[in-house]
Amino acid sequence: MPDLEQAADASRGASSAGERFFVRFTRAQRYMHAVLFSTFLGLAATGLPMRFSQSFWARRFASAVGGFGTIIFFHKLCAVVLTFAFLIHVKDIFQRALVNREKGIFWGSTSMVGNWKDVKDLLGHLRWMVGLGPKPQFERYAYWEKFDYWAVFWGMIVIGFSGYAMWFAPFFARFLPGWALNAVLVIHSEEGLLAILFIFSIHFVNTHLRPDSFPMDMVIFTGVESEEEFKHKRPEEYARAAAQGKLESRIGEKPAVWLVNFSRVVGFTAIFIGLTLLVLTLSAYFRE
Amino acid sequence: MRFVSSIPLALAASALLLFAASRAAQAQTDCLACHADASAQDASGHSIAVDAPKFHSSIHGSLQCNDCHTSIKDYPHPDKIAPVKCDTCHADEAAGLVGSVHASRAEHPCTSCHGDAHSIFPKADPKSAVYPLNVPRTCGACHGNDAMAKKHGLPNVYPMYIDSIHGFALSKEGLLVAANCQSCHGSHHILSHTDPASSTNKANVPKTCGSCHAGITAEYESGVHGKAVAAGKLTAPVCSDCHTAHAIEQPTASAFRMQSTPICGNCHKDKFSTYRDTFHSQLGSLGGYVETARCWDCHGAHEMLPASDPRSPVNKANLVTTCGRCHAGANASFVQYQPHANARNRKLNPALYFIRLFMNLLLASTLTFFMIHTILWLIRSRYDQVKRRKAEGGKNA
Repeated sequence: MPDLEQAADASRGASSAGERFFVRFTRAQRYMHAVLFSTFLGLAATGLPMRFSQSFWARRFASAVGGFGTIIFFHKLCAVVLTFAFLIHVKDIFQRALVNREKGIFWGSTSMVGNWKDVKDLLGHLRWMVGLGPKPQFERYAYWEKFDYWAVFWGMIVIGFSGYAMWFAPFFARFLPGWALNAVLVIHSEEGLLAILFIFSIHFVNTHLRPDSFPMDMVIFTGVESEEEFKHKRPEEYARAAAQGKLESRIGEKPAVWLVNFSRVVGFTAIFIGLTLLVLTLSAYFRE
Repeated sequence: MRFVSSIPLALAASALLLFAASRAAQAQTDCLACHADASAQDASGHSIAVDAPKFHSSIHGSLQCNDCHTSIKDYPHPDKIAPVKCDTCHADEAAGLVGSVHASRAEHPCTSCHGDAHSIFPKADPKSAVYPLNVPRTCGACHGNDAMAKKHGLPNVYPMYIDSIHGFALSKEGLLVAANCQSCHGSHHILSHTDPASSTNKANVPKTCGSCHAGITAEYESGVHGKAVAAGKLTAPVCSDCHTAHAIEQPTASAFRMQSTPICGNCHKDKFSTYRDTFHSQLGSLGGYVETARCWDCHGAHEMLPASDPRSPVNKANLVTTCGRCHAGANASFVQYQPHANARNRKLNPALYFIRLFMNLLLASTLTFFMIHTILWLIRSRYDQVKRRKAEGGKNA
């Protein structure tokens, strides 16, 4: 993938001795993730009090920040920022696919699109979990990572559309039937709830809290991971890169101490907020 | 002839009056010889002093002392004298008290409301304890007392009233027209609200409030709530059911808007529960700016009409206007939105029901699958990690 090699070039300064680090995410991808998770946290923190407005913490939170006016203002603000991020991402895909004619964006080993190997990996992974088979050799994006990606992609379309339909209800009512205005709230809140529960429980554990990455996978913040991690987590990609002689070009620089520390603070804050919201959500959901 | 013969009679009468007046003045002077002393006390230590100038300026200032203290004929008079009977003159008021909540003369002597017997002023006089602006404080002397309220099983109403819109109008603005205690409860013939004849009995509340709020009461009476109450169906709300009796708030105030929907929900339970599912309620419950629709923003407040009535704001023909008050650009399609849709009811809202079902299944299945997937994965990768580290000869964790 040329962009990762470019990113590797950019990140590589003076040759570093000792452990080698490989680039996994470009700067743009890391920024995209940062925008995604900060707006998502904002949307969750402001959306949940509206969804569970009868719970004790919703009212307390609302009165602390100045009532629903503040809450819905920040909800809409985060939504608009996230919409722009989404549109930039879509534009980026089209540019890479149609303008740059980049190969492997829709299919192949480095694509985000699911393929037959993902199905085999999923089944193989499940077999491995219960001790019935070897661990699958994952490529750059494993099936659960692709699921995360498409869940967010689909979620943004569904939640975004239903959200804007509520925001501009009289406008949307020009071409939607009246009952659709009832439906969008159900869709928005259920899909939002799914996203929140999924990200704050499944994604957190799968990506950050599982033993291989515990307590946090720093690669989305620093862009690079150690050779050992690369080999262990994505053996097939490592082998392919080595076989194609592209391993060297992926070598990046060991992340600076400040970046690691900064990322830790940001990441742990995000996880802390997420887990807090998860607990509040579950408590309100089961009390309903 | 008759006119002429009455002249000497009139002369005699005025002579008698003059004599009486001088006698009265003399009698007061006689009494005040002792009672003007501010420190005068009887045997049991009660003050028997009379503030002469104040008494003279009071409404009873022209009376002789023994007009009220009738048992005193001569000087010296006995230590123990008969209590004053106000009803000798004020028979109507005394009759009013009979059967009222304040009927016991021992517990509620006239002076408990009208103040010191020797300085009673007409109720139009700002010095009077029963001057409209002084009434709440006078009643509050007892009805602002927690212990007294508890003893009689009454709410401690004075603080509620004084912070209410009526209390503010009276105490801050000094409005004589602001409702004070007796505007609603009357003065002498105050009856418990449980008494059907009481002005604060539920059936009579609209009339009582209507004595000032005539326009609103007329609207109320033409609505379903008013008609039901008039027909004796006392489960329907009267003014005080929504506005409360004493702690009445400005209805546009956020505190009132926040508390208003559960009041309607007390009776309209199904409508309240479906309202709760909507964005109106979700935002409305959070407080702060409270312009989100409450029951009465759509249904009206006083002239409650069924949706089938063409005058009802929720009649189909009026929905574009009603919704359009908040939602600029609301059109015929927009107002098909159901503010009381029930996504849990397949018969009433099939589309919504199945959408909710689909979303719930999607949520449950996704989370269930990944929950199992994640737990198995966690266990297996921890097992592998420990094994690997053991093999490397390091520590387990």
